Amino acid sequence: MALLNAQRVTKRFGGLVAVDKTDFVIEPGMIASLIGPNGAGKTTFFNCITGFYRPEEGSINFNGHELIGLRPDVITTLGVARTFQNIRLFSNMTALENVMVGEHPRMKATLLGAILRDRATMNEEKRAVKRARELLDFVGLRGHDDELAKNLAYGDQRRLEIARALATDPKLLLLDEPTAGMNPQETGAMVGFIRRLRDELKVTILLIEHQMKVVMTISDRVSVLDFGVKIAEGSAASVQQDTRVREAYLGKEYGQ
Amino acid sequence: MLSSPEILQTRSATPWLKSAAQIGVIGGIITISIALQGMIQAFSSRDVIYQVVTMSQAAILLTFFVMGYVAAMRLPMRAASSSIGAGAVAGFISSAALVLLIGLGNVVNLGNVFVNATPQLYELLTFKLGLPIGSLALLLAGLGLGALAGAILLLPDSPRRAILTTLAWIVGLGVLQDLIRVTFADWGFLESALRFFYASNGLSLVGALVLSVLIPALAILWDKQAPRAQTRIDRLPAPTQRALRWGSLGFGVVILFLLPALLGLYLSEVLDNVGLYLLMGLGLNIVVGFAGLLDLGYVAFFAIGAYVAGVLTSPEFSTGVIPNWWLALPIAVLASGAFGVLLGIPVLKMRGDYLAIVTLGFGEIIRLLALSDFLKPWIGGAQGIQRIAKPDLPFIQISWGPQAFYYLFLAGCLLVIFVSYRLKSSRLGRAWMAVREDEDVAQAMGINLVATKLKAFGMGALFGGLAGAIFATKLESIYPHSFNFLISINVLCLIIIGGMGSIPGVVVGALALVGLPELLREFAEFRFLFYGIALVVMMLTRPEGLIPEARRAMELEEFREEETEQATAS
Repeated sequence: MALLNAQRVTKRFGGLVAVDKTDFVIEPGMIASLIGPNGAGKTTFFNCITGFYRPEEGSINFNGHELIGLRPDVITTLGVARTFQNIRLFSNMTALENVMVGEHPRMKATLLGAILRDRATMNEEKRAVKRARELLDFVGLRGHDDELAKNLAYGDQRRLEIARALATDPKLLLLDEPTAGMNPQETGAMVGFIRRLRDELKVTILLIEHQMKVVMTISDRVSVLDFGVKIAEGSAASVQQDTRVREAYLGKEYGQ
Repeated sequence: MLSSPEILQTRSATPWLKSAAQIGVIGGIITISIALQGMIQAFSSRDVIYQVVTMSQAAILLTFFVMGYVAAMRLPMRAASSSIGAGAVAGFISSAALVLLIGLGNVVNLGNVFVNATPQLYELLTFKLGLPIGSLALLLAGLGLGALAGAILLLPDSPRRAILTTLAWIVGLGVLQDLIRVTFADWGFLESALRFFYASNGLSLVGALVLSVLIPALAILWDKQAPRAQTRIDRLPAPTQRALRWGSLGFGVVILFLLPALLGLYLSEVLDNVGLYLLMGLGLNIVVGFAGLLDLGYVAFFAIGAYVAGVLTSPEFSTGVIPNWWLALPIAVLASGAFGVLLGIPVLKMRGDYLAIVTLGFGEIIRLLALSDFLKPWIGGAQGIQRIAKPDLPFIQISWGPQAFYYLFLAGCLLVIFVSYRLKSSRLGRAWMAVREDEDVAQAMGINLVATKLKAFGMGALFGGLAGAIFATKLESIYPHSFNFLISINVLCLIIIGGMGSIPGVVVGALALVGLPELLREFAEFRFLFYGIALVVMMLTRPEGLIPEARRAMELEEFREEETEQATAS
């Protein structure tokens, strides 16, 4: 059964149709990529899945739940986590705290528990700290626990954002241009890292990416959006050969 | 090649002169405004040191000194000549501005515009020596004190600190003379000591001289011994250190408990006020400091707590069925908390400025409702509520003065501080901080914004309600005009001054903004002036607050380092 099944999703802003009747299916365990020129509607589609936008039409089924109409925090609790194109960390909180905020939906501590510090609350808190440390280790930020997020190096911030998303314990992880602004070496490391996420943590991944090289090396399936319409889908190689894709990226004349 | 030393010289000479002159001009503006505000006349009859220096003279002379000090401190490189020179220039310009004012005042009648610009003022400013000699004396004082300040800055740390400490103490003891003498009046040995140090008006000359030997000696001793003691403590085994820390904490608590007995009636009253504002400050700190929701109508919850406690316990109302304040307290607090949640609902979608304006409106609505004729049968309208029950305890007779209420405030504050700390480092506290940092991302991380924000409003309102209930029983009567907008602003100010989100910051903020002005009753007329100046200076020099939240401190310091790096690079 598909983990995510989006059918005929349409999102309009006034007269502009940002996402136009797009179908999209993700099977568990795959790394799916969404590509397309600027303004093609990729991030809008992300926002539709994560509840930031409410599509006018269509349905998005995730793991047996209809997502349209749910609040972003509920969707996250169901197991969809995301990162942002322009890194959006809680910049004045430490790395550890950032990750612990991600653990929020998996914790149960109540207001009263926080004040009284009963055993259950304290145990949960200890477990949360431990897991947050493990996640920081996993993304390669060992020893940066108490550093303010905004003082981390750019690449580290990207990875902290992923650690924070992982802390919500997602089944599906949406990465919005994780290699933006990285040099080839860093990009290579990120590609390996994304693979590890899938292989070691068994997280299904949906990727928005601009760098063709990245998409081609790690994607199990590539979907191409242009003006909100899905114009091609398939293996990396087949998409690369597609005339319409070439046209979308290079213009009609050069597309041949 | 030949010209290069010349260039160097002009480069190093002009800037310091210019900056010293700038400081001097600022000093001039300060002294002139002190004079035209009427402070000179107001304080001329009060002596800091009996028959030597009046308070108004001290204010002017200290300004010269401070300006000299600041000018010298701003030098990029400190050489003896430039330091003294910069100080002298700044001090001289400050005094020259004042002399200019006096001169102008003698030619033109400034009194038409500035009420306080009278011949009496000029006479006081010239030390009653007559215009020419007095002006000269003033100029010399500016020059001399500025140069002195510049020279003091050249001293090594220890003596310099000793001199400045002494100066501060003498001025402090002189200005606060009434308070100190009243407070320690029945302290036996201290009283006789006070009689030695104080004359009928201000410090006695002998007392001041003794102090100016005693204080530097103690200061230097402290400078030498304190680090040594610290290393000795550091060398102690861990359990002993822990015991020492607990011991000093216990000592602090004992002092807290003894304070009203030690300080007497008036200062206990001051502390009660501090406690009241501290309770409100800690409550608002949860809303503004932790969750980042700018609430300008916080007084509403204070009012609700007070009114519920009043209406329930006052025999004037048919609802006044609860004879004991303690039974009404939880109802008042919970009612206030419930209102906090209720008022939170409509503003959930608002952010920043919009939220501030709407909450400001709420605060006013609550006050106007309390004032309205419509609700008069139930809450008393403009006449307010009288005969509110005292917090009497079974078995113990308590005479409810400021000293007894102190303990009520203390208990309330300790409880609220405890709860604040616990909440801050919890799942909910992190959620609040996340919302403060970035609402959308917080939601994307699975935080329920509605629940999280309402909890912040609710907790803040609970604390406000507690403050209100205690306020009501303390005054025994409440009126709508006790709950005006200024209270919200004051509470917000003390959080900002103390440091947003920082719990010790709120404590210090309350002491500084509520306690300190009470101590300076003499300055009552000028209180809001000082208040405003303090706020502006704070925002310019220490925007992160007196005791910033740990994280926030780091950020702003780093920012400052970057700034200075850039400055030195360019």
